[in-house]
Amino acid sequence: MLRSFLAGNVGNAIALFARLVTAVRGIWQGVDPTRRQRIYFANHTSNGDFVLLWTVLPPALRRETRPVAAADYWLTSKLRSFIGRDVFRAVLIDRNPQTRTDDPVGQMVDALKDGSSLILFPEGQRNMDETVTLLPFKPGLFHVAERRPDVDLVPVWIENLNRVMPKGEVIPVPLICTVTFGDPIHVESGEAKAAFLTRAENALLALKEGAV
Amino acid sequence: MNAPAEFSTLMLGVLGVLAFATVVAQILRARLGDGPVIDNLVARINAWWGMVALLAIAMLGGRGGVVILFAIMSFAALREFLTLTAKSRADHWALVASFFVVLPVQYALIYSDWYGMYSIFIPVYAFLFLPIVSVLHGDTDSFLVRVAETQWGLMICVFAASHVPALLSLEIAGFEGKNVLLVAFLVVVVQLSDVLQYVWGKLLGKRKIAPSLSPSKTWEGFVGGTLSASLVGAGLWWMTPFSPVQAFGLSLIITLMGFFGGLVMSAIKRDKGVKDWGHLIAGHGGFIDRLDSVVFSAPIFFHVVRYFWSAV
Repeated sequence: MLRSFLAGNVGNAIALFARLVTAVRGIWQGVDPTRRQRIYFANHTSNGDFVLLWTVLPPALRRETRPVAAADYWLTSKLRSFIGRDVFRAVLIDRNPQTRTDDPVGQMVDALKDGSSLILFPEGQRNMDETVTLLPFKPGLFHVAERRPDVDLVPVWIENLNRVMPKGEVIPVPLICTVTFGDPIHVESGEAKAAFLTRAENALLALKEGAV
Repeated sequence: MNAPAEFSTLMLGVLGVLAFATVVAQILRARLGDGPVIDNLVARINAWWGMVALLAIAMLGGRGGVVILFAIMSFAALREFLTLTAKSRADHWALVASFFVVLPVQYALIYSDWYGMYSIFIPVYAFLFLPIVSVLHGDTDSFLVRVAETQWGLMICVFAASHVPALLSLEIAGFEGKNVLLVAFLVVVVQLSDVLQYVWGKLLGKRKIAPSLSPSKTWEGFVGGTLSASLVGAGLWWMTPFSPVQAFGLSLIITLMGFFGGLVMSAIKRDKGVKDWGHLIAGHGGFIDRLDSVVFSAPIFFHVVRYFWSAV
């Protein structure tokens, strides 16, 4: 009870902080902020990415949207674990195929079964190379989409956060960020994995052009 | 908290004008129906109610209120400016220093009335030390462009803007305790000039003054706006240490600087390929869109008044 009360307040405080620093604005270009079940898939350049995406969601959508995140990052300290598990209710997956006991695709499908929407970074890791816009997508998005073709897959381009907080820096520079939501896509019947992943990557890249 | 009596008179006048504008906009909406121009007009007027309320509260709060309000506006403006310029990771520490050291120190100097330091802190100390912070990172790509853009952002958004609250430190014989009226005079004249240029331009505007820079600016708007705002400025002489003729002359300086400031900031927007500096003030765009004319006129107004009227 106290824990969930605390988690709610910490969540709001983090969102307020994100707004104060980045004046972040959500641009709902391809979809409206309505309560449909969705997988938001976004580019990943900073640990703050899902916080920013989560911040621009209306509060009713925030409560039912869970980020998919790496267990090896979020379970390393008590504070991170509180923020990851209680505040954002992250679906924590083990990125190492050798050690993992749960199947990440199964975990995501289970979370969808509970009615949650998901935030997913299909690049699988932060993109640290400024000369590359997007890393090749991991196949997880395809496998989840295949098992739940009814769920909208919404591409989300997050602009500028890598300049607010470059890797290794601790103090953020206040610069304006935008989060652009594109047209939803779905796996077409019989569509091959590689073709779908390319289509998803292009849908995301197309959003970058309009984002300032 | 002791606002001079003239302040209440001015506020009544401003609220009267805003109420009139609100009624006119509603009549226009009823006659002409909804459309992008009317929507924008209504959004602009609504934002004005908010901005007037904020300014009034800050001025009633005295020196601290005005300094804090302009520090916040400088922060928002600098954030808009550097969002369009800053590109390199090598500048991270110079940018952190700009926001969290240079900006607060400048306003602390203004608050503590240290004229000799706040006049040179950014043009001398920040100017020399920020490039040193950047160069230590070793990245030479576009080095001059990067340090020049950061310095320019600080000069416009922090140094120039801080000259509005700096007006509070002038010492004018017979005007003691009323300096907040100088702030009100500057802000009212320069903003009124922007509004009247818009109104004259919409009513009579035909000949474009700088089509490549700012398609909405016309000769009719420019002449009508600056002259009528200067006449209103002359009519506000009773709340200033100036005679009506002096108030007119100063208003003309303010409105001309404001107009050309708007042109300069438009040129930067064009260069960077954006229409507005930001999105935080509905109908107006960003903070810089609303402040561009103020920042260009404030330092000149400050120094002219200081040279001819002030004892310090």
